Amino acid sequence: MKTLSLTLLAATAISSFTSQAAELDIKLTNLTQGVHFTPILITAHSGDTSLFEVATPASTALQTMAEGGNIAPLVDEATAANSDMVANPAEGLLAPAASTMASLTTTEGNDYLSLTAMLLPTNDGFVGLNSWKIPTEAGTYTIYLNGYDAGTEANDERVVEGSGALGVPGIPAAPGGNAGTGGSGVTSSESNTMVHIHPGNLGDDDLEAGISDLDNTVHRWLNPVAKLTVTVK
Amino acid sequence: MLRLTKSLIIIALGASLAACGDSNNNRSETPPEVVSPPVVSPVVTYEFTIQVSNLTAAQPLSPIAVISHTENMLWEIGSPASTALEVMAEGGNNSDLLAVDFATAVASADAPLPPGSQVTLSLTTEQLDSLKISLATMLVNTNDAFTGLNAIDVSSLAVDEALTFTTFAYDAGTEANSEAAGTIPGPADSGEGFNEERNDVNYVAMHPGVVSQHDGLSSSVLSSQHKFDNPLTQVVITRTQ
Repeated sequence: MKTLSLTLLAATAISSFTSQAAELDIKLTNLTQGVHFTPILITAHSGDTSLFEVATPASTALQTMAEGGNIAPLVDEATAANSDMVANPAEGLLAPAASTMASLTTTEGNDYLSLTAMLLPTNDGFVGLNSWKIPTEAGTYTIYLNGYDAGTEANDERVVEGSGALGVPGIPAAPGGNAGTGGSGVTSSESNTMVHIHPGNLGDDDLEAGISDLDNTVHRWLNPVAKLTVTVK
Repeated sequence: MLRLTKSLIIIALGASLAACGDSNNNRSETPPEVVSPPVVSPVVTYEFTIQVSNLTAAQPLSPIAVISHTENMLWEIGSPASTALEVMAEGGNNSDLLAVDFATAVASADAPLPPGSQVTLSLTTEQLDSLKISLATMLVNTNDAFTGLNAIDVSSLAVDEALTFTTFAYDAGTEANSEAAGTIPGPADSGEGFNEERNDVNYVAMHPGVVSQHDGLSSSVLSSQHKFDNPLTQVVITRTQ
């Protein structure tokens, strides 16, 4: 009887310890028909940090990702915060309707999962997951992700080479090769300078002129823009 | 009312008299030989109802198809649509979908489901293990938009237990979203339905929404009222037996 009690105690101790760390298999699917994702960053972190927060100003690191797809500053911040991460699992762009897989082992205390990737072609749109509590119960969980706007750049919808740099207006690229030129610019201001749900691309029906370089039958989307499947082992 | 009560009493008396007579007669007779009935393994059936509500502003839904199955899926994000799905998504004709070889039971609404309306279908199967239910229907005022549920596992549902879903708009990827006159089968255009040519991305994805002539596509036959956003329908699956 004493032996049994000791064994049970030991088992309880082990299981409560392992519930702090997790082994995750992650699958991200780009659900859109015509929008690419730039390099993806997935982090597991403590409750004291995050990649972005809605209704607050974007950090410079988030702005760098959302305007140009460069995740290096976010990776540096996540490293400094002792987050566990998978950086760039798709090794470049994740095409419309394509999926990518990743495995992530979290350390004790990093109980929240977050994800970002820029939406192309947009000015400063990104797909995001903010601080999803990683379940302690083994199983497969599905989360649908929305498109956000960093609030740092006007959505002029003009494709301009080099505009991925901080503060340079324009969409840096349209990877589908199906955008136009000569757009006069949808707007030159951003009324909401906080991180918010993206209002969506507008586009127009003139690839040589009009207000937007985007095609209104190709580059729009409806939320959600991504499906995340997390298997807790 | 009084007369009715009297008649009932008389009937009741008659019945009890008859019962007495029977038992008296039987008592003196040899009990009949006991004959075991032939062994028939009972067929256990499982019944589900599927209630669908059309939440859109002005998108009638083509006759809703539901199927039960234990394997496969009706569509997959990133993969080309099957011809059966294409036929349904471009023209609203669900007959090929209802004939898929992996279905264990099928049901179809007998008419399109107007916006703001609700329909309930039912499925009866003889298997519960690994049972899945799928549903598909076209947004008829579009080129090739559809909505539905893909392989929802219902094998652990108890009787009278229900699952509630809202559904997204998908694009079959088989017909460009031109919104042009003559290309949309619904009442907004009364144009062409299924066409075997595939002139779009040729993979299933989520639908970007219709643009309409009022939101920047001058060649569109659709108006602002045909626009939609997710979710498209509410679906309640209830196991009833």
